[in-house]
Amino acid sequence: MMIADGIEDEEKWLAEGIAGIQHNAFYLHRAVDSNNLREALKYSAQLLSELRTSRLSPHKYYELYMRAFDELRRLEMFFKDEERHGCSVLDLYELVQHAGNVLPRLYLLCTVGSVYIKSKEAPAKDVLKDLVEMCRSVQHPIRGLFLRSYLAQISRDKLPDIGSEYEGDGDTVMDAVDFVLQNFTEMNKLWVRMQHQGPIRVKEKLDKERSELRDLVGKNLHVLSQIEGVDLEIYKDTVLPRVLEQVVNCKDELAQHYLMDCIIQVFPDEYHLQTLETLLGAFPQLQPAVDIKTVLSQLMDRLSNYAASSAEVLPEFLQVEAFAKLSNAIGKVIEAQVEMPVVGAISLYVSLLTFALRVHSDRLDYVDQVLGACVKKLSGSPKLEDNKATKQVVALLTAPLEKYNDIDTALTLSNYPHVMDHLDAGTNKIMAMVLIQSIMKYNTCVSTAEKVDVLFELIKGLIKDIDGTLADELDEEDFKEEQNSVARLVHMLYNDDPEEMLQIICTVRKHIMAGGPKRLPFTVPPLVFSALKLVRRLQGLDGEVAGEEVPATPRKIFQLLNQIIEALSNVPSPELALRLYLQCAEAANDCDLEPVAYEFFTQAFVLYEEEVADSKAQVTSIHLIIGTLQRMNAFGVENRDTLTHKATGYSAKLLKKPDQCRAVYACSHLFWVDDQDGIKDGERVLLCLKRSLRIANAAQQMANVTRGTGGPVTLFVEILNKYLYFFEKGNPQVTSAAIQDLIELIKTEMQSDTATPDPASDAFFACTLRYIEFQKQKGGAMGEKYDSVRI
Amino acid sequence: MVLVLAIGDLHVPYRAPDLPAKFKSMLVPGKIQHIICTGNLCIKEVHDYLKNLCPSLHITRGEYDEDARYPETKTLTIGQFKLGLCHGHQVVPWGDLDSLAMLQRQLDVDILVTGHTHQFKAYKHEAGVVINPGSATGAYSSITYDVNPSFVLMDIDGLRVVVYVYELIDGEVKVDKIDFKKTGTATSHSAH
Repeated sequence: MMIADGIEDEEKWLAEGIAGIQHNAFYLHRAVDSNNLREALKYSAQLLSELRTSRLSPHKYYELYMRAFDELRRLEMFFKDEERHGCSVLDLYELVQHAGNVLPRLYLLCTVGSVYIKSKEAPAKDVLKDLVEMCRSVQHPIRGLFLRSYLAQISRDKLPDIGSEYEGDGDTVMDAVDFVLQNFTEMNKLWVRMQHQGPIRVKEKLDKERSELRDLVGKNLHVLSQIEGVDLEIYKDTVLPRVLEQVVNCKDELAQHYLMDCIIQVFPDEYHLQTLETLLGAFPQLQPAVDIKTVLSQLMDRLSNYAASSAEVLPEFLQVEAFAKLSNAIGKVIEAQVEMPVVGAISLYVSLLTFALRVHSDRLDYVDQVLGACVKKLSGSPKLEDNKATKQVVALLTAPLEKYNDIDTALTLSNYPHVMDHLDAGTNKIMAMVLIQSIMKYNTCVSTAEKVDVLFELIKGLIKDIDGTLADELDEEDFKEEQNSVARLVHMLYNDDPEEMLQIICTVRKHIMAGGPKRLPFTVPPLVFSALKLVRRLQGLDGEVAGEEVPATPRKIFQLLNQIIEALSNVPSPELALRLYLQCAEAANDCDLEPVAYEFFTQAFVLYEEEVADSKAQVTSIHLIIGTLQRMNAFGVENRDTLTHKATGYSAKLLKKPDQCRAVYACSHLFWVDDQDGIKDGERVLLCLKRSLRIANAAQQMANVTRGTGGPVTLFVEILNKYLYFFEKGNPQVTSAAIQDLIELIKTEMQSDTATPDPASDAFFACTLRYIEFQKQKGGAMGEKYDSVRI
Repeated sequence: MVLVLAIGDLHVPYRAPDLPAKFKSMLVPGKIQHIICTGNLCIKEVHDYLKNLCPSLHITRGEYDEDARYPETKTLTIGQFKLGLCHGHQVVPWGDLDSLAMLQRQLDVDILVTGHTHQFKAYKHEAGVVINPGSATGAYSSITYDVNPSFVLMDIDGLRVVVYVYELIDGEVKVDKIDFKKTGTATSHSAH
């Protein structure tokens, strides 16, 4: 209620003030038009009296002020024209001081002062000095600020700068500087005092009002920066120290923040670089509530950009030891402001790190230093729970990754893992994922066991359960994503040198073994294949060198592989382990290591016997065993016989008859290898085929009995195709008569009363017959073979 | 003109981290009408990636696939052609052309797409055409040494199919093409 009234009142008062100005302005214009100095002074003084009000907020006062300002401009033109009013500027200067009230008097004085300086009848510095001191008479914050602002405006182009027409004798630049500094100092004092002025107000409202006026104060700094004569010397010796003195002494957080910011924005970066110590020295002296980190970050950002602008300035950074100074300053600030929350400290370090990365990217020791300082800070504080602080730490850790696309660099930063240790488990894992993604994105290769060790320590949150967290608590999707990332990572670890590569594999193994049953199914396979690739690389090379430390050999790697795959038994993951054993068996076969290959087959069979219970899984597994065994050429007769016997045995024992049938005829290939030295045991082949035929018959009968109709003839057609296969390969045991019989059998079955029409098997049979016809038409040896087959 | 991508044996993440970057930049959604995948992706991420490339996605099961529900074989008709799909670890001896021919007869298809050996093949025999797109990531194989990443793009137009094979050799993508024509029940081919 009261506020609404207040606003309404203010509008009313402003309207009144504007009306007052307009009223007096009318008469002022009339006086000026008739060159009546006396009247002009009278009405201008009355006009300016409107500015004596205390009832307006800064925003509204400004509106009033601007109206008066416009009138004063016209008045100044009148003052300047001595011919019109007949008064010398010196006399005028005297005359206006007779105005009744101090505020109008001073506005008029400044206006005349402007004319006075322009006339050059007195040195600019004298007039300016006089004015800036006279303005002291107005101590009301808002009125005083606008008055001095007026002074600043009209004096701007009349400073006794080098090269200006108002340049004076002696130390002319200092005169200009002194003037501006004094005006600035007084304005700041007034500005600070605003908060104690008037009725008690809400702090936010007050701060807002004060903020509206801040540019009036800041303008002075801008003017200082524009003074030609102010070089680095003067800035360093006079300007900066005096500005900082005022900033620190005013003890007002709003002013301090704004002005520090202003200094940084307004003066050139090279000056900042050269006065870094002085500038930074002010920070610890500021009020605790000042948001130093924003200002410091601004400073560091500007310096970073400056460094990026040209390579020539870089030596300067080194020469002034910019990094060391910034680092010390930040340390002091953090120390001094005990109340600063952790997030504040960390974000300061993030800015410093960014600075170091941009300006001294080759100095990894700087980067490490910042991380070290951060660790120290984190060690002194309780475990991070603040979300924002955590985000800052992640930003700190991510920055070097993005700067140096090569993960190697991050791995050499000794403090990097210590920083990560301070993250909570969840964030630690997120960071680990960031690390992995960085590697994948830039396609980097981690090439030594040592680096791999460091890397896996860094990502240990993904590799194993760290105290407190259980793998169970994690969302399954997230867990899979994590583990798949680790799996992908394994492929990025590589070295051309087999010894080093083996060390890498051992290192990875050491880490993943601590992962527990949930993680092994993800991490074991990529490691196994990595090792198999190494085996293949070594295949061509010769083995041991006597006397030296045993180099990496396939044999050693197979031992390692055995142990690695065995870990899956704890999960348990029998199907996966079986597949991996078979892969190793094949690799061992290619290395001509018969006992090793045999051992792997044994492991696979043991798993099949004892652990693979699911019938569908059994079918796939037995086919994998048969397929692998079929390719083995390293086995002697005995070993081969044992294994093929087992394979065929298990094939016949599958649960469903069709599966039995197919597995058994697949086994026929175990006894016939098309290679030059391959086994070609025609009899055993035929035995398998006949056995599968018996099974197919049994299946057919069973179907008749249980369902009343015959099953599809597909199995028979498949077997027929196998007969054709071996027939063409030249197995003497497979005769055209046998084929003929089989064809007749199929036809009979298809035409029988109990037959179930099945388009698929019909088509299959038709294709097969078509194939036989095709072969017959070929002529030559093949045509001859098929001659006696009638379809 | 129907574009069919034949791809498989990626083995992500157990044998390879990802598709080669050059392949990824070539495979863009919206250009392909069907994807037939021989299997061994192995994880859902790869499935989703392929599905995003083209919603008409057909997959058969490889022995390392995470999703056990993919079928052992699949047949589909595209234009004038009947296509069959099977990973190939089920067909012993692995990679044996005559045994694959039997499967082709059994499925009664013009084009059989199969994998497992990680070696690109495209040839014609009595029953039709057999295509093996190889391994899209160049993954390790116990059967084939020195695997180059490869995939196949089939352009089916009426009775003609042009098979483009993309292979990544020494960092460069090389393309080759083979023409097959279907005449009545059999197909004939000409290689380029």
